Amino acid sequence: MTQEVKTYTVPTMADMAASGEEPEILFWVGCAGSFDDRYKRVTIAFVRILNHVGIKFAVLGPEEACTGDPARRAGNEFLFQMQAMSNIQVLNGYNVKKIVTACPHCFNTLKNEYPELGGNYEVIHHSQFLQGLINEGRVRVKDGQSFKGRRITFHDSCYLGRANKVYEAPRDVLAALDADLVEMKRVRANGLCCGAGGGQYFKEPEPGKKDVNVERVEEALGTGADTIAVACPFCMTMMSDGVKNKNREDSVRVYDISELIAQGQGL
Amino acid sequence: MEIFQQILFVAALAATAWYITKRIRLISRAIKLGRPENRFDHPDERLKTMVLVAFGQKKMFTNLLVGSMHFVIYTGFIIINIEILEIILDGILGTHRLFAPYIKPIYPILIDVFEVLAFGVLAVCVVFLCRRFIARVSRLQAERHRELRGWPISDATLILTAEILLMIAFLTWNASDSVLRDRGVGHYGELQRIVPDFLVSQYLKPLFSGFSDTVLVVYERTAWWLHILGILAFAIYVTYSKHLHIALGFPNVYFSDLQPKGEMQNMPEITKEVQLALGLPVTTSDGTQVNDNGEQPVEVGRFGAKDVQDLKWINLMNAYSCTECGRCTAACPANITGKKLSPRKIMMDTRDRLEEIQHGWQTHGNDYKDDKSLLNDYITAEELNACTTCQACINACPININPLDIILQLRRYRVMEESQAPASWNAMFSNIENNMAPWKFSPSDRFNWADQVNDAK
Repeated sequence: MTQEVKTYTVPTMADMAASGEEPEILFWVGCAGSFDDRYKRVTIAFVRILNHVGIKFAVLGPEEACTGDPARRAGNEFLFQMQAMSNIQVLNGYNVKKIVTACPHCFNTLKNEYPELGGNYEVIHHSQFLQGLINEGRVRVKDGQSFKGRRITFHDSCYLGRANKVYEAPRDVLAALDADLVEMKRVRANGLCCGAGGGQYFKEPEPGKKDVNVERVEEALGTGADTIAVACPFCMTMMSDGVKNKNREDSVRVYDISELIAQGQGL
Repeated sequence: MEIFQQILFVAALAATAWYITKRIRLISRAIKLGRPENRFDHPDERLKTMVLVAFGQKKMFTNLLVGSMHFVIYTGFIIINIEILEIILDGILGTHRLFAPYIKPIYPILIDVFEVLAFGVLAVCVVFLCRRFIARVSRLQAERHRELRGWPISDATLILTAEILLMIAFLTWNASDSVLRDRGVGHYGELQRIVPDFLVSQYLKPLFSGFSDTVLVVYERTAWWLHILGILAFAIYVTYSKHLHIALGFPNVYFSDLQPKGEMQNMPEITKEVQLALGLPVTTSDGTQVNDNGEQPVEVGRFGAKDVQDLKWINLMNAYSCTECGRCTAACPANITGKKLSPRKIMMDTRDRLEEIQHGWQTHGNDYKDDKSLLNDYITAEELNACTTCQACINACPININPLDIILQLRRYRVMEESQAPASWNAMFSNIENNMAPWKFSPSDRFNWADQVNDAK
């Protein structure tokens, strides 16, 4: 399944196992990263960074399956455990030790919920991974000009922030961009949800005065930012929809932090 | 006369103790309705959490001003207990300011501290009433939050008013006592060179200077009795009120969740089913294998929770500990945007349901069961479905209550026992089951994104 070699390659675990190799990390792409047109661009940006810094990584490719997070939170424990145990069989079969993922929901589930079912891995979110690369000097944003004067605000994801207390990593990554970082009123532990977690992404919201993502985007726009940085596929969709709802899609963009780093590196 | 007062006092004390014991038994029986759950692990970490969050009020200080005001009431409440000890001993022994001669040098300092605290409590209670009725803090308004209609608002008002009256009784008691002492009336006069004027009540003395000795003694006795009977009545009242948090807040924090907030609790009874379905060796939660005859069977009750008995005891203790402050609801994205979900209501409903069961026990005997349940009779599907599991409610609670845990257990019941998930969730479930992703894409297309890694940006 290796891509024809131009610049970037995406080795799979199966390829690696066939040639008797083990990667340093497994990049867990997640369902959104695999199928959602917008989030596929985030996956690609992150893969380009991985290629660029020369880290030996692999993905599961067609062998990957949903972690079961939305099923579990909606109440379908049976389906969750079916998914979890199948995934654990695959991961343990490849002797996976370290997993990086760009989805906080996958991150939380793999990190906190798989151990009890026999899946023990070191799991890190791509924001933490990028923070590491920046701290080690392996990623350096070349052209500060492209971000000079841009106002960026970061939207905390519940499953990264409150759930796992990762607040600083994505901010440190953004700080490397030399942009103007502005904070919303509700941030870090008090951050406001995008409205998609707990299975909400997969159904219409209950009746109310407003959708959660609109409330959150109003707050983000209130900072005067032209870029809303996110670190989660659900937040990406919800923030983008909110920006459209406010008819601001021409002036305000929503990006994942890895896309901003890839842009900064000209990848 | 004196001995009559003593007998009356001891009787009041004994009646209160008897009644409170009865209430504690009833409440602990209700909490024990819940399923077992080990919350006795990691005692060091639990103790540390309790010291910081309960004793240290750490989470209250997210809002410095409100935190400080609550701190005044909290320290006032704890420290004034030393004074109550003296009052109780005086009442039993028929003495007056029993401790004064024994701890002569520090006695006035102690009373000064109590008086300052009492004044502080009084002032803060007035501010709290103003926050409710004049500043109209949003999370405390019944028009905005239907769970507050009726009793909860009266309960809060009653508590604040009672505390104000108790503090007034305490301060004016000291003032009338000081006037009687100055005049050298009876045993009051005996304390003349031992007890001086106190820091706050000295300013109230002019109020009493015009009264005759008899009237003063009557006032002094009345204030004393009002203060102590008020405290005893309050102690009973607390067991019916949201104010039970003053006692249960501490154990509630001690037994709080230690795992990461995002971790949803595993259901071992399902693990076994799944292991059988996948043809995996069946293991128990401690990892030991069991044989095919199903030794070490996992007791399967309901999948998820329909009523309070299906919840864990800690969920039920959470419900009794809740102060209905509404910080959870004020932080809830669903509630903020006008959905029916209110985490505070989840906790209040759980307690209301428990109290309904208690009432059943008391009127129809201990085996009484009704045909109601927490789900549907109290908490509706619409509320449950609105939760984004963002954990803002857990983060906001000053005493580490976890409303999300209850929501998730009720969702499990609806989905696994009643197959009552919203249609689009059922579609999501079947997509995961058939396509290994929540959307209807072919699993074989999962890696197609890789074809684009070398495309132009």
